[in-house]
Amino acid sequence: MKTFAAFVRKEFKHIFRDRKTLIILFGMPIVMVIMFGFAIRTEISNSRIAILDHAKDAHSQKLKGKIAASEYFNVVAELNSEEEIGEIFKRGDVKLVLVFPQEFGKDLVNTKHSPIQIITDASDPNTANILSSYLQATFQSYVNEELHLQAPNLNITTRMMFNPENKSVYMFVPGVMTIILMLVSALMTSITVAKEKEIGTMEILLVSPLKPFVIILGKIIPYLVLALIIACTILLLGLYVFDMPMNGSYYLLFGEIFLFVLCALVLGLLISTVANSQQTAMLISMMALMLPSILLSGFIFPISSMPIPLQVISNAIPAKWFIIVIKNIMLKGTGFEAIAFETGVLVFITCLLTLIAIKKFKIRLE
Amino acid sequence: MEEEKVIEVKNLSKHFGKFKAVDDISFDVKKGEVFGFLGANGAGKTTAIKMLTGIWSSTSGQATVAGFDINKNRNKLKENIGYMSQKFSLYEDLTFKENVRFYGGIYGLSNKEIKLKTEEMIEHLELDNIQNTMISDIPLGWKQKIAFSVAVIHRPKIVFLDEPTSGVDPITRRQFWDLIYETAESGITVFVTTHYMDEAEYCDRISMMVQGRIEALGSLDELLTKHQAKNMDEVFVKLAR
Repeated sequence: MKTFAAFVRKEFKHIFRDRKTLIILFGMPIVMVIMFGFAIRTEISNSRIAILDHAKDAHSQKLKGKIAASEYFNVVAELNSEEEIGEIFKRGDVKLVLVFPQEFGKDLVNTKHSPIQIITDASDPNTANILSSYLQATFQSYVNEELHLQAPNLNITTRMMFNPENKSVYMFVPGVMTIILMLVSALMTSITVAKEKEIGTMEILLVSPLKPFVIILGKIIPYLVLALIIACTILLLGLYVFDMPMNGSYYLLFGEIFLFVLCALVLGLLISTVANSQQTAMLISMMALMLPSILLSGFIFPISSMPIPLQVISNAIPAKWFIIVIKNIMLKGTGFEAIAFETGVLVFITCLLTLIAIKKFKIRLE
Repeated sequence: MEEEKVIEVKNLSKHFGKFKAVDDISFDVKKGEVFGFLGANGAGKTTAIKMLTGIWSSTSGQATVAGFDINKNRNKLKENIGYMSQKFSLYEDLTFKENVRFYGGIYGLSNKEIKLKTEEMIEHLELDNIQNTMISDIPLGWKQKIAFSVAVIHRPKIVFLDEPTSGVDPITRRQFWDLIYETAESGITVFVTTHYMDEAEYCDRISMMVQGRIEALGSLDELLTKHQAKNMDEVFVKLAR
């Protein structure tokens, strides 16, 4: 026990001596959450659009008024001809142009059917899509109000449960937490073990009476503590700066965080059994862990729209399961029953990795 | 005078597939001896050391180190040996004192013992001014001496030095050998590998490994007479050819 304490004390000294890494470790999650939270938004507000009105009648005027009054759009230009559309897009002034046809009002009243044209700047397809669907919804509601159209006798009301305002922060806080925990746990442990190999102290440790198990535990525990502190930081930011809801149990949440961190730590150890230098360890962690965790976890790109092979691969990525788990706990407030399967998968992956890591470690000793 | 054997090796081998890294070697090392373990790069020195220090298990043969079987009693064995490698083995981002504290700690020394040892080393190696300096800021020669003192901090029965003087200047090497002699005189057996042949001449007995086998074993004079050579360089060239 005393030897173990000596080991852990040394590890903490390494961490605190390395100020630069420490600042990056704590700075990065904060910067990432703030960046993702404020800058990248899937909801829109005050988007700049232009209108080309060939009709200039009562209905088109009223509709323009409604669009201008909405918080989503900011009408910055009234165009006079088709030629101006191309120009205004090229200047990048607006992301969308709405075109009313000549007979807009008349057709609308008589045939209850009048086309309007929405032209978007699809060099930014996401924004274009969202803007276009917001505008269509505005148009639909105008038609319903003005003409009391009940035509297809159904009234579809969409309710966005668990995230009524479609806030991107709700997506990004769990995502960023996952990525950062993966990074701190896997990358840092693999680097610290590789460092011992690189400077030759690993040999000394193996010759010492310390058991390999104690060495591994001594490497893991400091980073476990660090990862949990960072998880708390991200949670606090999410809850108090971005008003992220927390509807579930904190015990459950931290239990799952603990499990995920453990999984990542074991992954880090596994990498370190292969990598003999810090650079190799970093490269492997980045390529084999970070990229899949970001791209295949459903953090940014929805898994359901990936090609089947990638969907299958995504099942092997712990980050995918962890993101589902946190979202369930925080947004939906579900208990353990609802996430038992995901938790089971995480436990399974962790156990499997531990077995492989132990085996690899032994082979190296033989 | 009774000669106590600290290392006894009988027919020890280590095979990696078909490659025989260590091929049936046998030798003894006596207590308090400075034993030179020589060989060209790739001759199997490191493999042999890894087996004798309990990191790797052997393929066949037997060996005891400090009285403990290298395969069956590794934990006891590890408590009774010290080790210093050619790669530098102190933590650069810790101070001298912190390094001593760590290595003392993992060998199970009490805080009191560690404090005592630290003071002893400061006095002996004249470290007054640098005891709280990061190891990275201390000159290499000094580091090497500190590393050696740390390797024997728990008073092991035997200390393994794997090319301890590679890359240091001749004066420091000379000082380092003074330390080695001092240690041997205090009763700690020294098992040292080197590829400086002049250093081999400082050893009480020398063994020479060629392609996994021990081709020569004896005191300097014995080897020189047997191989009709003027110095170890010639012996080495004759054997390694």
